[in-house]
Amino acid sequence: MGILIDGDTKVICQGLTGATATRLSERAIAYGTKMVGGVVPGKGGQSHLHLPIFNTVAEAAKETQPDASAIFVPPVTAAAAMIEAIEAEIPLVICVTERVPVLDMVRVKSALEGSSTRLIGPNSQGVITPDVCKIGVMPERPHTPGRVGIVSRSATLNYEAVDQTTTVHLGQSTSVGIGGDPVYGMSFIDCLELFFADDATEGVILIGEIGGTAEEEAAAFLKSASSTKPVVAYVAGINAPTDRRMGHAGTVDVFGEGNVTAKIEALDTAGAIIAPSAADMGTTMRKALGGR
Amino acid sequence: MNLHEYQAKELLKTYGMPVPPGIAASTPDEADKAAATLGGTAWVVKAQVHAGGRGRAGGVKIVKSSKAAGEAAASMLGTRLVTAQTGALGIEVKRVYVEQACEVAKEIYLAALVDRSIGRVAFLASSEGGEDIEEAAAAAPDKIHKLVIDPKTGLNDTDAKALAADLGLSGETADAVATAMAAVYKAFLENDASLIEINPLAVTEAGDLFALDVKMIVDDNAIYRHPEFEKLWDEAEVSAEEIEAHRHELNYVPMDGNIGVMVTGAGLALAILDMLKDQGGEAANFMDVRPVATREQVAAGIKMLLANAKVKAILVVTIGGGVLRCDTIAEGIAIACKEAGNHVPMIVRAAGTGKELAELALNNQGVQVTYATDLAEAAQLAIIAAGGT
Repeated sequence: MGILIDGDTKVICQGLTGATATRLSERAIAYGTKMVGGVVPGKGGQSHLHLPIFNTVAEAAKETQPDASAIFVPPVTAAAAMIEAIEAEIPLVICVTERVPVLDMVRVKSALEGSSTRLIGPNSQGVITPDVCKIGVMPERPHTPGRVGIVSRSATLNYEAVDQTTTVHLGQSTSVGIGGDPVYGMSFIDCLELFFADDATEGVILIGEIGGTAEEEAAAFLKSASSTKPVVAYVAGINAPTDRRMGHAGTVDVFGEGNVTAKIEALDTAGAIIAPSAADMGTTMRKALGGR
Repeated sequence: MNLHEYQAKELLKTYGMPVPPGIAASTPDEADKAAATLGGTAWVVKAQVHAGGRGRAGGVKIVKSSKAAGEAAASMLGTRLVTAQTGALGIEVKRVYVEQACEVAKEIYLAALVDRSIGRVAFLASSEGGEDIEEAAAAAPDKIHKLVIDPKTGLNDTDAKALAADLGLSGETADAVATAMAAVYKAFLENDASLIEINPLAVTEAGDLFALDVKMIVDDNAIYRHPEFEKLWDEAEVSAEEIEAHRHELNYVPMDGNIGVMVTGAGLALAILDMLKDQGGEAANFMDVRPVATREQVAAGIKMLLANAKVKAILVVTIGGGVLRCDTIAEGIAIACKEAGNHVPMIVRAAGTGKELAELALNNQGVQVTYATDLAEAAQLAIIAAGGT
């Protein structure tokens, strides 16, 4: 089964006519994703990749009843695009845009409150259920259908975990990138809840990094959760300076939070299995799942 | 992007935040004249560097004459100030801020920031302001009061006054704190700040407020909305390499080791730094290549690593995705080696989209590299190549 998306998920793309959106949507269609339309203000009525283009998300929603929207627009319009999708009650919104201003995300987060939308990202590589559906920018090849759920803040570490779980013949149920920004949509906890309830997922790899308290919050959730599925955790940045922005905007902290050692300790205490390094996520999960 | 104290104060002043009269100076003579111009009987001379802990490090001096202000400036300008937050090398002081000293009866801590766990702007405040705030916060978290702002309604006066009451303030002083909070909140939103920290916010014997020190960080992702900050971008405090990296859209942070590192993706780059250290190596830098990077940007990054005399080996780790391909990285490496020479061993771990093309491109261009199959091997080979353990 996997989480969030399946073979029937109907997807629209906001910003479909852009170069990157075009290339990745073509690949998503080839992968089996059910793309049903695009939203590009001012281009309504045209078609692109044999898909109808609409001026607004609301029109696209009315005409195509999408389950999800992939947002591929520049940072300047990303917040407006997310809010438009939320107001149109799109159930799942995935924003891959990088470098969205954080105060824009404060407004988006406010729009999400009380809505029926689940937001993933921004700065997310997307969501993939191998051989069934992909929404986002991840490479298809290392993915294989399988038993492990993956959730991470970093896209490339996520790809490493995918590569490794494929190499040790576990495969993935669904892999989710929640993005490396300070303010974002779905959290580790939201994804863990879904993975714990998903029959196809036998274990979860959680990949965190320096900054914020998302890993500590995930640890607190794990402590109280009744699931027996193993959770393998890796947190990057134990040797990084804490006062510098290390690529992701979410890696800087004030007031001493965001410390990797504290994150690892919290996850360890909560019963997660800590992968000793980024090279060991797959093998650690294989051990945790025993001979099954 | 960090603003200097004097820049942040000038900005907050336009929002109505009371700050002591002050003038920035870049020579002892200017500092002397600044004190004379400001008038009064006592001044504070403060090193303008982007780091906390200046007071304990000798970067803040109280003087009683304009001549002494010049002397204090002379003792700071051109030296490297080492504080608890700068690292051993310290930061060169290029400018001081001369400010009228004021009588302080009470020091408050007041900060506005983005509270990541709830995704809202929040105020933090404490009656225990001053240099020891972090220790105070760690020792007694209940002394830090928090007010979370709903973006739909904004900061309301009742909540601001309640926070002031939590700090033990009342009457006109409490009202003044509420007014100051409104100014900070407005400045925060209008300037896309991610932090405005006033520590201390001084209360004088007469009950007046003054922001004595301000730390302000502006969201790098929102600079496009504020061209005025581009001008403030204080290149003086950033190394030539960092400016070069910024120009090529590379996320770059210099470090102390001898292994030059280029990685696609911030999280993976952090993981590589961790693996190098765990195995006894030290990275010379953090360098994250964004998915939208061009081969020219990659080449610029590799050339920076090649130009760094400390670098004894270069480690390139890439996992091609849907946007960035390994062959783009390979083309960038080839361009850099052609232009700058391939004089240090280079270890490459390529996986994912374009992996085969990458290897082909490097072979065809005659670029000598050692290929690693996985992350652990890549780290190990780089450490050996750099002459490490």
